[in-house]
Amino acid sequence: MYDNEMKFVDTHEWVRLSSTGGENIATIGITAHAQELLGDLVYIELPSVGKVVNFHEVVGVIESVKAASDLYSPVVGEIIEVNDAVIADPTLANTDPHGEGWLFKAKLTDIEQMSKLMSAAQYKASIGEEE
Amino acid sequence: MQHTVFYNEHLTHSAKMVEFCGWNMPINYGSQIKEHEAVRTDAGMFDVAHMVITDIRGSGSKDFLRYLLSNDVAKLEQQGLGKALYSGMLNELGCVIDDLIVYYTDFGYRIISNAGTAEKDQLWMKRQSEKFNVELILRDDLSILAVQGPKAITKLIAAKPELADKLSNLKPFSAIADAGIFYARTGYTGEDGLEIVLPNSQAVSFWRMLVAQGVIPCGLAARDTLRLEAGMNLYGHDMDESISPLECNMDWVVDLSDESRSFIGRDAYQKLKTSVALFKQVGLVLLGRGVLREGQKIIHDGAEIGVITSGTFSPSLKQSIAIARIKKDFLDEIKTVAVDIRGNLEPVKVVKLPFVRRGKRVYE
Repeated sequence: MYDNEMKFVDTHEWVRLSSTGGENIATIGITAHAQELLGDLVYIELPSVGKVVNFHEVVGVIESVKAASDLYSPVVGEIIEVNDAVIADPTLANTDPHGEGWLFKAKLTDIEQMSKLMSAAQYKASIGEEE
Repeated sequence: MQHTVFYNEHLTHSAKMVEFCGWNMPINYGSQIKEHEAVRTDAGMFDVAHMVITDIRGSGSKDFLRYLLSNDVAKLEQQGLGKALYSGMLNELGCVIDDLIVYYTDFGYRIISNAGTAEKDQLWMKRQSEKFNVELILRDDLSILAVQGPKAITKLIAAKPELADKLSNLKPFSAIADAGIFYARTGYTGEDGLEIVLPNSQAVSFWRMLVAQGVIPCGLAARDTLRLEAGMNLYGHDMDESISPLECNMDWVVDLSDESRSFIGRDAYQKLKTSVALFKQVGLVLLGRGVLREGQKIIHDGAEIGVITSGTFSPSLKQSIAIARIKKDFLDEIKTVAVDIRGNLEPVKVVKLPFVRRGKRVYE
């Protein structure tokens, strides 16, 4: 579930990197563990396209029936796309948090910062899951 | 942390367990929304064995309860054995120590009250009972299981056909006892159903019998969205020891009709009735997207006029709803106000509670 292509932060967001036309593009979502903690999701607020975001900046809100939780940017860069499907149906982030339930994409301006993120193994250890 | 008698059943059904008022309780068994829908359309059941059962015995029982409670148990005697009464238990300031149900049975009066207030309630009742010839018996040998939903009673009868007549003729807010099990047609969901009080030794087999009939185990999270849609108060959120019944839609359970009846909080309550500084309880429906939460402020014409006491996303209505306290002089004809959600003023409609009854939207 937490594959080695992904990086993680302690606020329970994941990042998947790709390279398009020489740009480093990050796709970001919340982890399976995070959606499990939150329960049934009912509302997701995402940043506007074009917004420049810093590491650990609050960029949105994830609300389940039970609770509201801030969404943090795990990267430094500019928002280039948000997932309209998950806004329309927040339960996508419950059923497929690492796939269809992705939240936003950003063009990275500081690729070095990515090295500070956790690996899948480190993240799993941090949430008390076995290898 | 304490476990109820149903603890292993929760684990069997993959419950997510949380601490609630010192008890290890199921918050959900996977999806609180599916559990909510089961209760609105079919049948669900809740472990409410953490709630407190107190039996009142002795010749002074009636006089004691007429003094202890804001509602008048004398009504129960007129209505007959088995009847139940919802009441507040007030302090000397006329504010709410707890809300509870009192049953009038052939073995005396029985009170079922909240788990979160267990300790202070017991101390309070004990102290107030000293002037009366009564004995208070804490029934921790019994557990409560709530079976709720349009098919709750049908499914129970399918498992216990011998109860068919007794249960289908049982009126709302009434109870009967059969073979040591107490069946009350009461609940906290806005649906038909029963709250069943049974010996701990029989509780697990009863639970399994209902599972076999297709009754869905439901957690505390679904219980909260169901009661909120039904416009029912949650102690510690919608009211507490600083809130009078006038401010939380509980004035209908303060019975002043017998002028000679002295009960705790009566004088203060009667004074509060004339106060203008009070708040009143309303329902709110969020018109846009998002979720109303406890503690969010209500704004009208630039001024703060109240606060949300319980808020959630309503699985039945597919939008956010809340119970709120607003200033008493707020005019009923004003239909739209704003709620401050993270600094944004979002429009909400002011409605009369409840939101949902018997599976249907009921507010205007």
